[in-house]
Amino acid sequence: MAHGPAKGFTRWLYTTNHKDIGTMYLWFSFAMFLLGGVFALVVRAELFEPGLQIVEPEFFNQMTTMHGLIMVFGAVMPAFVGLANWMIPMMVGAPDMALPRMNNWSFWILPFAFAMMVSTLFMEGGGPNFGWTFYAPLSTTYAPPSVTYFIFAVHILGISSIMGAINIIATILNMRAPGMTLMKMPLFVWTWLITAYLLIAVMPVLAGVVTMMLMDIHFGTSFFDAAGGGDPVLFQHIFWFFGHPEVYIMILPAFGIVSAIIPTFARKPLFGYSSMVYATASIAFLSFIVWAHHMFTVGLPLAGELFFMYATMLIAVPTGVKVFNWVTTMFRGSMTFETPMLYSIAFVILFTIGGFSGLMLAIAPADFQYHDTYFVVAHFHYVLVPGAIFSIVAAVYYWLPKWCGNMYNETMGKVQFWMAFIGLNVTFFPMHFVGLAGMQRRVPDYNQFFADFNMISTVGAFLFAAAQLMFLYNVIATIRGGKKATAEVWENPEGLEWTVASPAPYHTFTTPPPIK
Amino acid sequence: MLILINRLIVWLFAPVLLLISNTSVHALEEAVERSSWNMPVGVTPISQDVYGLHMAMFWWCVGIGVVVFGVLFYSMIVHRKSNGAKASNFHDSLGLEITWTVLPFVILIIMAVPATSSLVKLYDTSESDVDIVVTGYQWYWGYEYLDEDVKIISRLNTPQEQIRNEAPKGANYLMEVDEPLVIPINKKVRFLVTSNDVIHAWWVPALAVKRDAIPGYINESWAKIDTPGIYRGVCAELCGAQHGFMPIVVKAVEQEEYVAYLAERKELAAITKELANKTFSLDELMLQGEQVYGQACVACHGANGEGGVGAAIAGSSIVNGDIAAHIDIIVNGSKNNALMGAYRDTMSEVDIASVITFQRNSFGNTTGDVVQPIDILKYKQDN
Repeated sequence: MAHGPAKGFTRWLYTTNHKDIGTMYLWFSFAMFLLGGVFALVVRAELFEPGLQIVEPEFFNQMTTMHGLIMVFGAVMPAFVGLANWMIPMMVGAPDMALPRMNNWSFWILPFAFAMMVSTLFMEGGGPNFGWTFYAPLSTTYAPPSVTYFIFAVHILGISSIMGAINIIATILNMRAPGMTLMKMPLFVWTWLITAYLLIAVMPVLAGVVTMMLMDIHFGTSFFDAAGGGDPVLFQHIFWFFGHPEVYIMILPAFGIVSAIIPTFARKPLFGYSSMVYATASIAFLSFIVWAHHMFTVGLPLAGELFFMYATMLIAVPTGVKVFNWVTTMFRGSMTFETPMLYSIAFVILFTIGGFSGLMLAIAPADFQYHDTYFVVAHFHYVLVPGAIFSIVAAVYYWLPKWCGNMYNETMGKVQFWMAFIGLNVTFFPMHFVGLAGMQRRVPDYNQFFADFNMISTVGAFLFAAAQLMFLYNVIATIRGGKKATAEVWENPEGLEWTVASPAPYHTFTTPPPIK
Repeated sequence: MLILINRLIVWLFAPVLLLISNTSVHALEEAVERSSWNMPVGVTPISQDVYGLHMAMFWWCVGIGVVVFGVLFYSMIVHRKSNGAKASNFHDSLGLEITWTVLPFVILIIMAVPATSSLVKLYDTSESDVDIVVTGYQWYWGYEYLDEDVKIISRLNTPQEQIRNEAPKGANYLMEVDEPLVIPINKKVRFLVTSNDVIHAWWVPALAVKRDAIPGYINESWAKIDTPGIYRGVCAELCGAQHGFMPIVVKAVEQEEYVAYLAERKELAAITKELANKTFSLDELMLQGEQVYGQACVACHGANGEGGVGAAIAGSSIVNGDIAAHIDIIVNGSKNNALMGAYRDTMSEVDIASVITFQRNSFGNTTGDVVQPIDILKYKQDN
């Protein structure tokens, strides 16, 4: 069984090895992250000052739309799947994923989906220009002809996500080493198990809503067309029934990552392990009954508004439990501040700030002022960038020595962290202010009233982008060489992945490890 | 720039100021209130309610943040390995877990009570004094005073040169319209918000009114303004290419002025109706047509008729072809492209006739055709 990987390109094309597939997912998602980032920079450059300078409004809308779609479906989700592929089998003591061939397929359809989606930018009429939430009828009757390609791309990446989720559930439930009971699993495994169930529940809903769009556009139905007896608000209900669990799909695995890193560098066990598991499950449950808080201004009946307001506020309870647990884990520990730890602490602080603005947004009467302004943009970037992106970067720094056998450059890692941290806050914090002062989302131009803060945001965005290039450099340099890492890498970290050599052999745990 | 630095300093030290004393809390709150980087207090009972809720929530968050981040920073400073801190090994405490589940729950209930009562008030659109139908179009607003038979169309009137950076920007850049919505103060005004094409959202921050304008729906909201003045807002829901260019201006006036305004509008409507039967010279139509083009057509079809989001006017087969087809696409909209909407109800016969005449004799088009308002009126009756 001691076969190494095949040589050349076929290694990657035909591979069924969870580590190879994990690596491909991670590189793919980083490429998409850079592409989505370039789109964001186009947006920020146009918003540097009032007036139309660089792009036309029509193209500006394509940039905001593609930025959102690429970041959600191309960067964050595949990155988490990549981490799951690499780490879950090693964390539960399994030799590989349960369904390795499906694993290969679920990765390899992704590049085609995104090639199709991005190609719409070059088609007549342009690419998707209706926002990543693609509200009908702007995305149906009034959409550019390329919307059909967008729909097909969404179908493909939905299939990919569902297959990935099935694989993760099958692996976790069937392939754990003897003695690895559910309540002994690392939190990253737990959060991914719950995330996978969310994916299976809501990706078909997304497929359903885009199919209804397809029918409206090409086959004469009127699901979302008021003139034909349909209902544009129905679109929003279906979309957000997918969309709200989707935002937790992008944050629950991050909770797992941070719950692995903080105990290592606080040199103290995670506080409240079981409450972390229950809190994750509660958040997942609540995610299904809060979708209409994205729709407070569409004219829901009063009883509906109240229900969704109360349910949304409740999310603060399990989320608070998690934050308190992380803070208490650090309390009376013996902390050091390596790059993954810096990213994790930044995660706790900035994600909590995003949580605060989320709580404000939950208050329905106040939401009538916040809705569709830059305050919302600030809110969801505060939960997604320091939430999802920072946790992914933290995970890469944390596990990279295990993956490639070399230590990364700590000084460069720290400098890179501070650039990203400052860049992020300079970009997104002022957005709270312009939003409250009255600037709406998704506009290419604005009154001079909002000019100061927009200029600051743009400067921050370019600093943040520079930090990502530095991250890329640090990762490549680490893969090519550097100080050799030990099997443990860090000081007495917990988890089965640290019991195998660094770099991890191509096949690990072909016989199940003993579990304490 | 100085103001900016001042703002940053206040925000940077907000938690510190909060800790020092109660009076500084008050001082800080005032600084927040005065500045242009917080939610406006507004001029209606609802907007003032909402502002109160917003600030209460903000201070709750600051308070919780100070406690949580306080413990976090304390640990980071004191319990660091380089200080010789030894890690303890505790990892569970049922009492703590229960406390920090129950306590936030109680705080949430305290937050929910005023939010609920505000929401109930916000939803009470009964017994209004004035009813106005607000209709969203790509990309302008229509206002109809119910029971008054007065309809107005309100479009952005910031010149293209300002948007293209060819002229200095005015103070109300992108926040100014040709026809503001005029409403009386101290009256309960009900807005019935709907749309003619895609979803828009009618938002005026000073009134705390934001309602989605959805085709097939009529959403209700209301405002009772206590101070005369001009209040500016924007379309808040992405509605296509010109989403950022369809502002709202509400002019709140005394009752007498409002009555006079309505009378004036009715007179104007009667004159417009009469003009539909008048015959104009080519020069008159060209002059008026150029103005109409600059307001209604230029955003999509370009300042020189070169096209953009919309088709080119210069050399267009419709503009240079059969007059009836040209009238039809403006009166009834395009059958192939939903972006070219129908102007049957949102443009007068004079305006349609003059803009058609203008298009047929400008940008290199030289048909020499003159279209009269009466032609449009007849076309509307037959089609």
